[in-house]
Order: sequence, then C-alpha cells, then structure tokens
Amino acid sequence: MSTELLAALTVFVLAILCGFAVISKVPATLHTPLMSGANSIHGIVLVGSMVIAASATDPLSQILSFVAVAFATMNVVGGYVVTDRMLQMFKRKPAAPKPAAAGAGEAPKA
Amino acid sequence: MDALEAVVRLAWLVGAAGFVIGLMQMNSPATARNGNLLSAGGMAIAIGGTAVLLAARGEAGLTSWIIIVAGIALGGGLGLYTARTVKMTAMPQLVSLFNAVGGGAAALIAIDDYIRLANVQTFAPGNAIPLEISIPTVLDVVIGSITFTGSLIASGKLMGLIPGKPIRVPGGQLVTLALAAITAVAAMYLWLGNVSVPILFVIIAASLTFGVTMVLPIGGADMPVVISLLNSFTGTAVAMAGFVIGNDVLIIAGALVGASGAILTKLMADAMNRSVINIMIGGFGGGEGTVAAGGPEGGTVRSLGVDDAAIQLAYAQNVIIVPGYGLAVAQAQHAVRELAEQLESRGVNVSYAIHPVAGRMPGHMNVLLAEANVPYPQLREMEDINPEFERADVALVVGANDVTNPAARRSGTPVSGMPILDVDHARSIIVIKRSMGRGYAGIDNELYVNPKTGMLFADAKQGLADLVAAVKAL
Repeated sequence: MSTELLAALTVFVLAILCGFAVISKVPATLHTPLMSGANSIHGIVLVGSMVIAASATDPLSQILSFVAVAFATMNVVGGYVVTDRMLQMFKRKPAAPKPAAAGAGEAPKA
Repeated sequence: MDALEAVVRLAWLVGAAGFVIGLMQMNSPATARNGNLLSAGGMAIAIGGTAVLLAARGEAGLTSWIIIVAGIALGGGLGLYTARTVKMTAMPQLVSLFNAVGGGAAALIAIDDYIRLANVQTFAPGNAIPLEISIPTVLDVVIGSITFTGSLIASGKLMGLIPGKPIRVPGGQLVTLALAAITAVAAMYLWLGNVSVPILFVIIAASLTFGVTMVLPIGGADMPVVISLLNSFTGTAVAMAGFVIGNDVLIIAGALVGASGAILTKLMADAMNRSVINIMIGGFGGGEGTVAAGGPEGGTVRSLGVDDAAIQLAYAQNVIIVPGYGLAVAQAQHAVRELAEQLESRGVNVSYAIHPVAGRMPGHMNVLLAEANVPYPQLREMEDINPEFERADVALVVGANDVTNPAARRSGTPVSGMPILDVDHARSIIVIKRSMGRGYAGIDNELYVNPKTGMLFADAKQGLADLVAAVKAL
C-alpha cells in the first residue's frame, strides 16, 4: 500500500466521522434544506471533471468529460441556488400582525 | 510539489473547511443561510483554484478549455434556470435531479479514467491496472450509475411522470439478485487483474438497470428517504472518484456527504418507524393482512358540511392545523394560510402541528408554509405541540393520515411505534380528505371513526377555499 493511498484513506475515514458528527445535531425542520445543501457539496465532482477534461485528447474522452463538466456544474449551481431559496424562507418575517396577545398557539422560537 | 500546486491544494483545503463549517451552521435556522453561502464560497475557491492550476500548467489545450467553458456554461445555465424558476412544491424532485447528474458526473470520471488506462495497456501489455485504482473505479461506476437512474426515477415519481404507487418489476427480487450477481462477477473479473472495457460496460449497464428496479417498487411517500439515501450514494461515488484520480478534496467532500446523507436517511426512516432496509425492499402496505389488530372494528364515519365546519372553526378559541402530504400534493399552502388569517382576525389562536415527516421530506412542510408567509413561530414541532391538543377546540387535519392514526399507540399494527400527533386529544376534529382512502401504511385510520371527528370530503385546496368563503360569510 502506497503512502498516498494510506493518506487518502486517512482523510476519507476522518471526513466520514466528521460528517456523522456535524449532521446528528440538525433539527428536523432543517432536514430538507440540509439535504439540498449536502447535495450541492458533492458538486465538488466538478473539480475532478475539469481535471479529466484538461487531459482529454481523444474524441470519446472529450465527450465524456464535457458531459461530466456540464452535469457537475448543474449540480453545483442549481444545488446552491435552490438551497438558498429554501433558506430565505426561514428568514424571520417582520412580525406579521397578530390579533390577541400571544396565547396558547405561540412558542418562543429562535 | 511546486509553489503553485501547494497554493491550489491549500485552496482545496479552504474549500473543504468551508463545507464542514457551512454544514455546521445549517444546524439552526438563524445561521443556516450563512452556512450555505459559506459552503458555496468554499466551492467557488476550490473550483477557481483548479482553473488556475490547469491554466498555469498549460496541460489543457484549446479544445479542453472549450470543453470546460462550454460545459460550465451549459450546466450552470440549466442549473440556475431550473433552480430559480422551480415552484417550492416541486423542489424535492429538483434536488433529486441535481443528485442524479452529480452521480452521473462521478461515474463518468471513473469510466473515462478506466478507458484511458485500458488504452495504455493495449500499447504496453502486462501493466495490469492496480487494485488501488480498479477497486475505487468499479465502486464509483456502480454507485454513480445506480444513483443516476435511481434519482431520475425518484424525480419522475415526484413529478408524476411515473406513477407514484409502487410498481412491481416482473420477476422482482430475482431480477435484482441477477443484476447484483452479474455486477459482482464482473467486478471480481476486473479486480483479478484483467483489463476489459466491455466488462466495465456490463457493470455500467447492470448498475443503471439496478437503479431503476430498485426505486420503481417504492411508493411515492417513501421518496424522501430514497432521495436522501441516493444523496449519500452520490457522496460516496464522488469520494471514490477522488481515489481514482488522486484528489483529496473530492475524497473529503464526498465522504462528508456520504456520511451526512446516511445519518439523514436514518433519521427520516426512524421518524416513520421504518428501517431503511424495509423501505428498500418495498414491502409495507402490500396487503400483508396486518389490518389494525385488536383495534375497534367498524364504527361509523360522520360526514360534515362546509358550513358546520366553518362555524366550529370560527367560534373556537384554539385551533391546531395538521397539514400533511395531501396539502403538499394539492398545493394548498396558500389556501390554508388564508383560512388561518381569517380565523385570527376573529381572535382565534391558530398554530400548525408539523409532524417530522409531514409533506414529502422532513422540513418540507415548513418550507411550503413559510413560502405562503405563515409566520415561523406558528409552526410547532410534534413534541412541542402534542400536549396542547388537549386544549384545542378544533384540530383541522388537512391531507394527513397515518401520522394521526391512534392505532400507532398499540402494538401489532403496521404503524405501531410510529410517533404520532395526538390529534384525537382535541375536543373536536375536522378532517379534510378526498375519500376514505387509506394512507401509505395501507390501514384504516381509527381517527376517522372517532365520534369527535367530522369528515369534510374535498380536495385539500378546494375544501380550504370553501371554508374561507364560509367563514367570511358568517
């Protein structure tokens, strides 16, 4: 086993543990935006797609890498934009007019 | 490693840190948006750094640059347009679509890499592709292909292009087993040191088919769990692509998403009291004859007119609205907000009880209602609101079914143990529902035969609109 592979495996395992730790604390309300946010992060595959496109010389390789770049960019751009749209909606609204004093239906939520 | 490569690698590290901190900030509604922007910033740095590295190295010819720029323009344009224009109700299927293309890109990287290595091998025979490349290559191709077709099917089901109900694949489990066996044998062949592009394509074809047959038999209500699982798959595929081309940032980000997706999938499945394996096998509600064991059989259903319902609501003190899947399908979020505003203007306290799996994804109901300008503090989570049903004069159930079924409190029913909203504790209950049809669990809801319950048979949107008109007319 090469040193590079060992280093890569180390990074891999630590990143997995990191993912477990970060996610387990998220409240249910944010699960959908979170899934979408995580979805955009795997758009990092664009970096790999660019690297293979850079060294593509034969037509097959060029077609494959073109599709990969387009797919990955769609993942990145679309993912972040749609996540931002979802999260925008969680912005606190300037207190909608409430009849009657805060009653049983009100919860002090952050 | 020269100075430039060091700088670019550091940029990738900054990007990876941005992803982790961004995800952490998405813990709370207050910082979530920042977190996403931070993550996007990290992504921009990582991609920009890559572009700089490629340019400085001069390895990429003009054609390569055209491919990269055109690909980014096409993919970016499509992504931006669809993400900007999609209706919030249609958002889960778009996320699934983005997941599909991400998985596809990851698979393509490994396919391209393998074909190149195989070409080299033709000219210099004897150089077998080492295991440390062939293992991640096969895993990337398998997982990426499954997630590509699986996510497309999931997206199609949510869009209504493919029927949402479970579709039995002829031969079902046998086909699945056969595909798995073909993939395993082909993978073994490659791992034993053989180099063969046709065999790789056998693996691709089997995996693409597997993705289809895996998702088709799963019902529409389970799609959130499936999409989340496939999201986790894509992360794993991207990490494998990182091993194939030796790129750390792909490994980090992919592993991060793989782990986060797995946790999220488990949380969602737990909230429905189901195991991920059960969902993937596609059982449940398939007429296993587990109808409400030991429960009160029969009972009469009381149908309620719009005017009666309007009077009950308008003269109540506390009303709790229970929105569900049916509300999301009927896109009735604006209608429900209108009704709530009408009631509030009459001095009624209105709040919404949000079950963790209400809608099509956890938190989806919150997003839909927030889009309709429902004030965030009115949205209450299950544990928080359950004690308050006792004090509610009316619980208005709109398109929610299994999550309100008291049968879940007993053992021996398909929904047993699932956390439910204590709707039956309210003084009276109004259910807006199109028919007496069963929910996803495939059992009758005992709530409907409760003497306190009145059924208002209507489409969620139409029923709510009628109620608004009736309340106004009072």
